[in-house]
This record gives sequence, C-alpha cells and structure tokens, in this order.
Amino acid sequence: MEKFRETLNETWHFYRRTLTLVAKGSKLYYAWCFSLLAIIVVGFLFYLKQHDVGLIATNMNDQVSWGLYIANFTYLVGTAAAAVLLVIPSYVYHFKPIKEIVVLGELFAASSIVMAILFVMVDLGRLDRFWHMIPFIGLMNFPQSLLAWDVLALNGYLFLNLLIPIYLLVKFYYRKEPNWKFILPFILLSIPMAVAIHTVTAFLYNGLPARPFWNASILAPRFLASAFCSGPAIIIIIFQIIRKVSTSKIEIEDEALFKISELIAYAMFLNLFLLSAEIFKEYYSQTVHIASFKYLFEGLHGHKQLVPWIWAAMTMNVTAFIIFLIPQTRKRITTLNLGCLLIIIGVWIEKGPGFVIPGFVPDPLGEIVQYLPNLLELMVSFGIWATGLLIFTLLMKVAIPIETGKFTHTQYEKEVIVSRPY
Amino acid sequence: MRNRNHRRYTRREFLRNLSLTAVAGASLPILSSCSKEESEDFLQNHFREMTPEEKKRVIAKLEERYLQKYGRKFQISTQEAVPDTFWAYGLELSRCIGCRRCVYACVKENNHSRHDPQLQWIRVLRLKRGNLINLENSEHYYNPDLVPEKGFIYLPVQCQQCQEPPCVKVCPVHATWQEPDGIVVVDYNWCIGCRYCIAACPYKGRVFNWAEPNIPKEEINPSVHYLGNRPRMKCAVEKCTFCIQRVRQGRYPACVEACPTGTRKFGNLLDLNSEMRYIIDRKRVFRLKEDLGTEPKFYYFFEA
Repeated sequence: MEKFRETLNETWHFYRRTLTLVAKGSKLYYAWCFSLLAIIVVGFLFYLKQHDVGLIATNMNDQVSWGLYIANFTYLVGTAAAAVLLVIPSYVYHFKPIKEIVVLGELFAASSIVMAILFVMVDLGRLDRFWHMIPFIGLMNFPQSLLAWDVLALNGYLFLNLLIPIYLLVKFYYRKEPNWKFILPFILLSIPMAVAIHTVTAFLYNGLPARPFWNASILAPRFLASAFCSGPAIIIIIFQIIRKVSTSKIEIEDEALFKISELIAYAMFLNLFLLSAEIFKEYYSQTVHIASFKYLFEGLHGHKQLVPWIWAAMTMNVTAFIIFLIPQTRKRITTLNLGCLLIIIGVWIEKGPGFVIPGFVPDPLGEIVQYLPNLLELMVSFGIWATGLLIFTLLMKVAIPIETGKFTHTQYEKEVIVSRPY
Repeated sequence: MRNRNHRRYTRREFLRNLSLTAVAGASLPILSSCSKEESEDFLQNHFREMTPEEKKRVIAKLEERYLQKYGRKFQISTQEAVPDTFWAYGLELSRCIGCRRCVYACVKENNHSRHDPQLQWIRVLRLKRGNLINLENSEHYYNPDLVPEKGFIYLPVQCQQCQEPPCVKVCPVHATWQEPDGIVVVDYNWCIGCRYCIAACPYKGRVFNWAEPNIPKEEINPSVHYLGNRPRMKCAVEKCTFCIQRVRQGRYPACVEACPTGTRKFGNLLDLNSEMRYIIDRKRVFRLKEDLGTEPKFYYFFEA
C-alpha cells in the first residue's frame, strides 16, 4: 500500500513537471503552438458544419465515395509504418547514430497514427455510431472485413509506439536501466506490426474485385516501398528542425540522416520499379481494366483532372531518386532536403489522391464523375495535420530534454550526465 | 518565494482550465449538433440482436416519430422471411424500352429522398447496339422525347442480390447481411457510414444518404418494412431489397408491377413451378459480371 502510494505520488509528480515543461517555451514555441491551435480550431469549426448537415458538405458523391480524407489516411499509415526503418538499424543492428534518435521516430509514428485514425473518423458519416466498431461492445465483422483488421492493427501499432518510447523515456528520467526482457519483445513486435498496418491498409483496397485499379496483387509491396520513401523523408526534415530549434542540444548526427537517406534510395528504386511493372502490364495487355490508369496518366474521354498531378508526382519521385542515388547529392544537406521535399509531395500525390480517386473513375457501371475536394475538406484536413504536428511538438518538448539528460528526476538533477542507459 | 508559488498555481490552473475547456469545447458542439432522434437512438441495438420486446419498442418509437414528421400512421413490418422462399429476379433485355417507369415506381414505393440528395436504386444504362459487357461507353443520363431510340439498347441495373455479396463481406460492423430468403438488407440504424460497401459493390447497388433525406409528405408510402422502405436517415447507406415489404406478403416488387412491357420477372427459386424456374430452364440467361464470383440472383435473358 505504501509502495503503491509512493508510485502514485511519483507519477503525479512526473505528470506535473511534464505539464510545466510543456507550458514553458520560447516565443517561437508559443507562436508555433498557437498557430497550430488556430488551424485546429478552424478545421474543427468546418468539421462541425459537416457533422451537422452530413457528408453532402463535402464534394464526395455516389460515384467517388471516398476522397481527400481517405487519401490522407492512406498516406499517413505509410509514414507511420516508416518508423520501422529506424527501429531495425538501431535495435537489431545497433547502429549508434540512429539509436540516439529512435525514440523520436517512434513518437513520430504514434503522431502519424493519431492523424490516420482522425482521418477515418471524419470520413465516417455516423460518428455517433463509432462504438459499433469497438470489439466486444459493438459488433465487429472480424475477421471478414479488412476494415475491422485495420482498426485492430492501427490501434495495436499506436499502443506499441506509445508504450515503447514512453517506457524508455521514463526509465531515462529516473536514470535506470530499462528492463530489456520486458520491453524488447514489444520492440521486436513493432517491426512486423509496422509492415502489418500498411499491408492491411493495402489489402483493404486490394480485396475489391469491383475496382480493378486496386485489385492488383502488387499493391501491398508498392504501398510498403512508397511508405519507406515518404516516412523517412519527413523524419529527416523533422530531425533537422529539432536540431535547430531545440534548446537542449540534442545530438542528431549527419551520419544518421545520411544513413536514412540511403535507405530512401533503395525504397524509391523499388517503388518506381513496382509502379513500372504495373504500368507495363496494363499498357501492354490493353484490357478494359486500363481505364483507370488512362484516366490517371492521360485522361479518359476528355476528363483529365488528375493528369498534371500525377506527372508532377512522377517527375518529383524520379528527381528525388536521382538525388538520393548519387552519394554527393545525398550527403549535402541542401540537396538532401530538396530530395526529401520532392518525395514528401510526390508520394503524397501518388498514393493519396492519385491512388484513391482513380479507383472510382470510371465507376463499376462505366460512369465518369470527376472529384476535387472542396474548401471544407481542405480545412478539416489541415486541422487534422495541425493536430498531429501539435501532438508531436508537445511530445518532443518532453522527450528531448529527457533524452539529453536535462529533464530528470529531481534526485539526479545535480549529477553529471552519465552514459546513456541502453 | 510567495510570488513564485503564486505564479506556479496560476499556471497549473491555466493548464487545467485550458484542457477542460478544450475537451468540453470539442464535445459540446458535436453533441449539440446531434438531433433529438440521434440521441434517442444512440444506444439502439443491432436489429438481429433485439428481443421481440425491444423490436416492439423500437417500432412504436418509429411510428410515433413518423406520425410527427409526415402526419401519417405508418404500418412498420418486421416480418421475417417466409419459409421455403428464395427470391430471384429476371429481366428480359430484348423487351426493355428504357422508359424508366421502374425507376419512378421504385422511388415512390421505397420512400427515396427526392432531392439533395436525389437517390435511386435502379439505373437504366443506354448502350449503343453492339455493346453489352463493356459499360464504359454507356449513357446513364439519356433524355430523349421518345423511347426506344433507334440504334440503342437499354440495360437496367440495380442490386443483384448476390449469393456471395462483397458488400456484406466488407462491412466492418455487420450492418448488412443476407436474409434466409436471399435478400441482402441493411440495418439503417447500425450503419456507421464508412461507405466501404459502396466501394466493394461491382454493380453500384448501393447509394448513400449524403444528407437528411427529403420526402414530400403527400408522396410518402406509409406501408413499410423495418429492413426495407422505411424513411432513412442522414449518412446511412441503402439499397434495393426486392421490395421486401411487398414480396414477403406475396406481392411483386414495385418495378415488376410498373413495367409496361413485361420485361421484369420475379419468382421463388425453390418453387419448381415458379416463373423464374421456367425462365432459367427455357431461356438463355446470363448474369452481370459473372467472372467476379458474386453469384447474383438477378438473371438477364433474351427471348428463346
């Protein structure tokens, strides 16, 4: 009992100090957080309107029944899965420069998953019936429905990516050696789980014979390949920003960034290769199933809305691939960042709107209805992205000082920083 | 020292107030934008899990609600499948003239939303002669003064009542299922509006209430089935039920009755003397997109 009270006290103490840490910051920090909050509020107000009148407030329709929300969802599941590219080199191969930052990568994955889940929630017509999907409380169609699988996989992965970093950080906070016997199985489990969330998301589309554009078995590998481009690209940019603005001098070595960018080069090669394999199959065989590809790449019966987008994406991806392929450009920060930006945008177009929308055009009865998101969908999406960024910022505000040894249990505050516990 | 303590207190207060306001601020407007009906129905059980008493209560609630809304006394049936029935549909392509009377009859019978959104369960496609399977060149919105038009044939499509329905397979919450008489139905009160079934259906058999349905009071059909043509609600999916409210009482679906050319047939596959058994045995039948393995119970056929 005494021990329990002590633990409770300690937890409360930690929680309170964390809040204080989060509430204090530079002017830049405040400006950043409050502008994110402002975007969140605007997005939320737009969502309220959608919740009030129904999904008619969006540009989605019976022909194109999923739009910008599900496009963003698909992309974000990918970026979340990409944390595995940090987990493998650090925990399995003990590559030191990445080991220093792996916890940050896991928290990034957690923030991405939160955004992905939020995008599904705003896409639901009946948020009030969300509980129907909760296992044991509602009536989940498991294992038949891939959407049920996705709910389980995403939440499982979110749990892992909160448990692992928080456990390690709390241990650092108390300057204690983590109990590896306890946490290592979770870490190892997070590797197949990362692959699983994205595979399940791919299968969600893949298993629909009604939509030939998605019904290609190459889909899951393609998803993984593109995820291992976009996720790490975002991580590279974020780490540089952290290095610049963080007051507690976290060590993020260039070596780590270059290693990640090398992995991106391999992933991008695979992504482009798989895509070209699919394009070859469709264009050489010229069956009726080519319609969606034609709509995407060259326009169908005069409907060309997505054509400039996909070619922009292709150009960006190929350029980025070349940048990451050549060691000189890969290892120069300016070109490295250019490559990352190109990949972030290029992959977003390719596997966001460039993947979801053509699945619906033409529809199963041959009708062509074009879709562009409206202002409301854009604002709600911005709101969710801002939510993710804010969550990530606040997590970083606590995680980084713990990592660098600046924020520890009061008992150790005066001590000199000892070696890293792991 | 006192000063510092004081400052600390206000900061914590500020944080607590901020987070409380955030939570309340986020949930209150969402809750307040829920209608009275939505909050009443919030905990309603899945139709197949309801006890007979629960069903009775729900029906009473709906009757009261519809009376308020449409000023009519509704007959809401929950009649189960009639034993030894398994329904199938026949459509003789060589007879269809593309007049869309079936569409209008369906809209009226099944209480569709008339505008914003306008929903229909039957779509008639106009194809140039020489085409049938590739629907990419079909015209959905043909509007001539007179039908049939020279050089065209018409292909009506609606829910094909598949024996292996992809929509049922993908629904994450069991909001849609196949009844013992073969009809695929939706519990409109259980659907979460994810629209996965719309993506999965190869026949566009499902449509979505993008907003609260609009049905003129004077055009309402008060004779309804819980799983069929009762007025629906915003952001739930719906589909053709072979007029479940009619066929379980031994009547034809509205589209069959409305067709002026006798294109549309309907019958019980388990009854060896039924019209459908006759057609399958004697005519040349095919089903749409048979290659997808959905096993529709909707047979298109030609004379002889």
